[in-house]
Amino acid sequence: MGLLTLAKEPTPLYVVGAYFALLIGLGFITRALYRGTSGDYFVASRSIGPFLLLMSVFGTTMTAFALVGSTGKAYQSGIGVYGLMASSSGIVHSLVFFLIGIKLWAIGKRHDFLTQIQFFRARFDSVGIGYLLFPILVLLVIPYLLIGILGAGAVVRGVSVGMFPDTFAGTLNPATSQYAFAGAVPPWLTGLVICAIVLFYIFSGGLRAAAWANAFQTMVFMVTGVIAFWLISGKLGGLSAATQRVVANAPEYLAREGKITQLQFLSYGLVPLSVGMFPHLFQHWLTAKNAKAFRLTAICHPLFIMIVWVPCILIGVWAVGDGITAPGGNANAILSKVVQVTVADPFITGLLTAGILAAIMSSLDSQFVCLGTIFTQDIVIQMTGEERFSDAQKVLLGRAFILFIVVVTYLLSLFPPPSIFDLAVWCFSGFASLFPLVFAAVYWRGVTKAGAVASILTMAATWSYFFYEGLVKPTFEGVEAKGDYLVAGLMPVTFIFAASAVSLILVSLVTAPPPAATVDKFMIARGQTHG
Amino acid sequence: MRTGGKLAWGFILLLGIVHWDFWLWSDRTLVFGFMPVGLFYQVCISIAAAIGWALVIKFAWPKDVERWADEGRDGGGEA
Repeated sequence: MGLLTLAKEPTPLYVVGAYFALLIGLGFITRALYRGTSGDYFVASRSIGPFLLLMSVFGTTMTAFALVGSTGKAYQSGIGVYGLMASSSGIVHSLVFFLIGIKLWAIGKRHDFLTQIQFFRARFDSVGIGYLLFPILVLLVIPYLLIGILGAGAVVRGVSVGMFPDTFAGTLNPATSQYAFAGAVPPWLTGLVICAIVLFYIFSGGLRAAAWANAFQTMVFMVTGVIAFWLISGKLGGLSAATQRVVANAPEYLAREGKITQLQFLSYGLVPLSVGMFPHLFQHWLTAKNAKAFRLTAICHPLFIMIVWVPCILIGVWAVGDGITAPGGNANAILSKVVQVTVADPFITGLLTAGILAAIMSSLDSQFVCLGTIFTQDIVIQMTGEERFSDAQKVLLGRAFILFIVVVTYLLSLFPPPSIFDLAVWCFSGFASLFPLVFAAVYWRGVTKAGAVASILTMAATWSYFFYEGLVKPTFEGVEAKGDYLVAGLMPVTFIFAASAVSLILVSLVTAPPPAATVDKFMIARGQTHG
Repeated sequence: MRTGGKLAWGFILLLGIVHWDFWLWSDRTLVFGFMPVGLFYQVCISIAAAIGWALVIKFAWPKDVERWADEGRDGGGEA
């Protein structure tokens, strides 16, 4: 780096700073609305209406993966990524909201549950099942948090290259003895800032703050996504011209042949079932004021996914056609690169960066609150008794555990695994493979405690096996992943899900079910629909 | 469940099946001059899904779920 290097104006970061300031302001507002009870902190006193539920559920479901990962995946695999992940999610997510979300909302309200584990403990009349589920849920959520923190770090580093040459030297590449990302904000600093801001507003108002922030963030990332798409397509000469370059230079990206196999496509359909077991989504469901609040969510969710994903898929494919290459071969950096190359305006770049951060932070906040809630309710209160702590102490405990998880995740983010975005599908696969458990718990009177335990243990064992074979082993052997890890042409989730479901059914059939009086508490009589 | 509800759920089931558009796997035709037909078809699936869920809500809504949720609550806490 020469001494005469001029620093780039940090205008994009000013825009991001303004977005952060708005979030902090929101934290102050929700603090004023906070009722001071644990019920308000953990499930917003079950007062969230249709619009806020839609925005918070959608914001929570869409992560860094939805914007950054989808563009990167389309850059690698073409337009088929939309059918693989987005349209299938539009059908399956709403199906889960309808079949599982509404039922669990009703069960949660009737029995005053605050967490998923409370439900499973009561449904199977077993305290132990909570201790079994807790570490599994936490371990599956942590990589999900990591993806957010690392995604934010990568995006801000990408847009801030050259802004602070005197402060941040960049990353030395030993092979070339050159600095990459010279003058860019390092990921550790971005991670620190976004964690601090999310902590501020969720400590201020709990899940209500998260719901409000999610609504705001969802609007930010949807609007900025559409603006980005419009600007990028304009800079590439218009929609037709951008696609015509793909036709000329990389036509294979316009279809699925050779990019995505039929079995891969079919087996991916199981992955969106993960929303049925996301503990943070469960908690959002409990915040609903009434069952009708779910209507808007079920209808609009597929459309919102479409609005966010279609531009990202096209941008990823256009990048290939235009010969824009991902920095360092990292497909997940392609969105930032396209923005840099095509949209030269620093204000717009800042807006888009804020949009991506909004998508990331709208998931982080709910996950943080959820982990604090399940630790407080399912471990501490379960072990010490309901009366041991006052309401204020329960909230304090929740905050302390959130802080602990944030510190652990932040420290892990300083040593990122090489295939961080691959972790997302593994997390989703784990949660999806627990779907048979929640489905049976809601709909099958014959499911037993032993069946539930067998299902959880089978999921954990098969998931661990495939995770080792598909990600850990290749990473240690230095083998670079080329596309999804498939087993007999299918996504591993197929086998994990099947093993979990079969063990649940078989063991339940040969063991004694819970007493009828217990099961009756969770079953809504049939035929109670109109039409 | 009445006929409307069954038809609405049937529509969702149909969407789940036709989501697997194997006949478009290698088709690179452009729709509106910029959108590959494989992507366009899946966008239509997303729109149809929203319509399908609106139909399910209209004709197969579990109307007693709220009453069930409110009656016989275990605790008296605010949450």
